[in-house]
Amino acid sequence: MARSVSVQAKAGYTIAAWVIALVLFSPILWVLLTAFKTEAEAIASRPTFLPETFTLENFAAVQERSDYFKHAINSIVVSVGSTLLGLVLGIPAAWAMAFAPTKRTKDVLMWMLSTKMMPAVGVLIPIYLIFRDLRLLDTVHGLTIIMTLINLPIIIWMLYTYFKEIPVDILEAARMDGAELWNEIVHVLVPMAVPGIASTLLLNVILAWNEAFWTITLTSGRAGTLTAFISSFSSPQGLFLAKLSAASLLAIAPILLLGWFSQKQLVRGLTFGAVK
Amino acid sequence: MGSISLQHVKKSFGEVQIIPDISLDIKDGEFVVFVGPSGCGKSTLLRLIAGLEDTTGGTILLDGEDMTKAPPARRGLAMVFQSYALYPHMTVRDNIAFPLKMAKMSKEEIDRKVEYAARTLNLTSYLDRRPRALSGGQRQRVAIGRAIVREPKAFLFDEPLSNLDAALRVNMRLEITELHQQLKTTMIYVTHDQVEAMTMADRIVVLNAGNVEQFGSPLDLYKKPANRFVAGFIGSPKMNFVDGPEASKHNAHSIGVRPEHFVLSRDPAAGSWKGKVAVAEQLGSDTFLHVNVDGLGLMTVRTDGERTFNHGDDVYLTPDQSRIYRFDAAGLSL
Ligand SMILES: Nc1ncnc2c1ncn2[C@@H]1O[C@H](COP(=O)(O)OP(=O)(O)OP(=O)(O)O)[C@@H](O)[C@H]1O
Ligand SMILES: [Mg+2]
Repeated sequence: MARSVSVQAKAGYTIAAWVIALVLFSPILWVLLTAFKTEAEAIASRPTFLPETFTLENFAAVQERSDYFKHAINSIVVSVGSTLLGLVLGIPAAWAMAFAPTKRTKDVLMWMLSTKMMPAVGVLIPIYLIFRDLRLLDTVHGLTIIMTLINLPIIIWMLYTYFKEIPVDILEAARMDGAELWNEIVHVLVPMAVPGIASTLLLNVILAWNEAFWTITLTSGRAGTLTAFISSFSSPQGLFLAKLSAASLLAIAPILLLGWFSQKQLVRGLTFGAVK
Repeated sequence: MGSISLQHVKKSFGEVQIIPDISLDIKDGEFVVFVGPSGCGKSTLLRLIAGLEDTTGGTILLDGEDMTKAPPARRGLAMVFQSYALYPHMTVRDNIAFPLKMAKMSKEEIDRKVEYAARTLNLTSYLDRRPRALSGGQRQRVAIGRAIVREPKAFLFDEPLSNLDAALRVNMRLEITELHQQLKTTMIYVTHDQVEAMTMADRIVVLNAGNVEQFGSPLDLYKKPANRFVAGFIGSPKMNFVDGPEASKHNAHSIGVRPEHFVLSRDPAAGSWKGKVAVAEQLGSDTFLHVNVDGLGLMTVRTDGERTFNHGDDVYLTPDQSRIYRFDAAGLSL
């Protein structure tokens, strides 16, 4: 990298990056500030930036009306559970497609991805009926299964692209060294693909955490996740904006922190293979 | 024990036939080298033996046992790859120990064997390093160490030295030969460097377009090549070929003379070919002359390093009549 960048250009890039980051962050910032305002102030015709009267009553109201921790635990179980299940299914699948491809591997990959191109509502009725008949409605394990299924194509695709970067020689060496398939995957492939697997895991936890369509339509009280929790605060009557903000803040805080602390890993994983 | 027998082995990739039909018998303890031009199927044949590719037809016997369908892990063979293929996330110690762990050996036995292999290969002070922190030659040694610890029936090498520089290559060549003398285990070694082939092999398999052109000892191939392809492939610099009337004098479709089988002089002699020196390559020990012979084309001649020739010198080449190779129209030796 012997390219010299002038000071002006550097300053320009820095300012541009900050402006873009602030624009992207502004909704979250607004939610953050609104959560500490009173309901009246939240909808005031002349909006205030900082809360005039700093209050925690929204949080108290939210916790009182519906149990935050129950929803949070459901969210954790569904997002982590579905991601782990997805990895258990996805790693062998991606192994097969990356290292033992057939003529149709590309088509299978494309077909899997195409399932993500259909709006979820298109399969709402069949899925709902299946869930009803299997008694999976409003259950955490039912939600985990559907979340695994909808994210599996992404998990397999991500793992497939990471695995493609691994020289097949090394896996062949493991086979020559007496490793059966299981040992080849556990002792050689997975440790070498740790960065890729970690970012797949993180991204899918985030996707599953934020998924709202299925969590709202397939649950009512018991298995609701934090997305269902948020939506229960938007009501057609009464003042709800500040409480909704408080609920949203509570719902996104854990995943925001996860993203913050795993930033490095995420970026490294998402650019894996791009720079050699 | 490690005899390897291929019976009518065939291999195609889709529609493309790479190995039409090969039968070979490799004896226990033999050092066999596969040579041939690039793309002739050497690696493919080795990978078929290893079990890394499935055969399209035929049978592979290891120690008389049919292993055609067995996965690589069950064949009891060890392989050293051109790229070394070390496990980057493991230390040198764990790399060498990996096959022993897969064989479920006890911790003490693994430690003992790893220490022994490391001492044999001068790797003791690198045992806790990762492969990334090793030089090419050291990595190659680790790859060999990983292969020897498990005491395989046979070793398979696919151009293991081609990523090393010339001096190191000579060293490693000697080390592998010594290893073979010490272990007396069957080794199959793929290379397209014919010096490696000649110096290391008990027997050489010359491959061309997926066919075995000849299977024999290095000197057999040098002295009695089965055909024109082998004659041209074995020996450095390459044999000179002449066809037309000069070949007819010897009742052949074409004849071949090795560069070292000419007598060179500045004066005409009986049966000599007249030519002009195009290029003189002085190696010190030898001089290779590329001579434009009237009516016959460019010939390579080997002469001792003491004599000096220059571009444009007139010279006379006299082929040693007892060492002229004769070939028929199909290229087979007569
Ligand atoms: N997986 C594969 N699919 C299709 N064709 C292949 C495959 N592997 C090898 N081939 C083809 O088979 C032929 C023989 O390849 P192979 O690697 O055995 O050659 P080689 O003798 O080892 O050559 P080199 O000296 O360059 O290593 C080549 O034409 C190659 O393109
Ligand atoms: Mg090869």
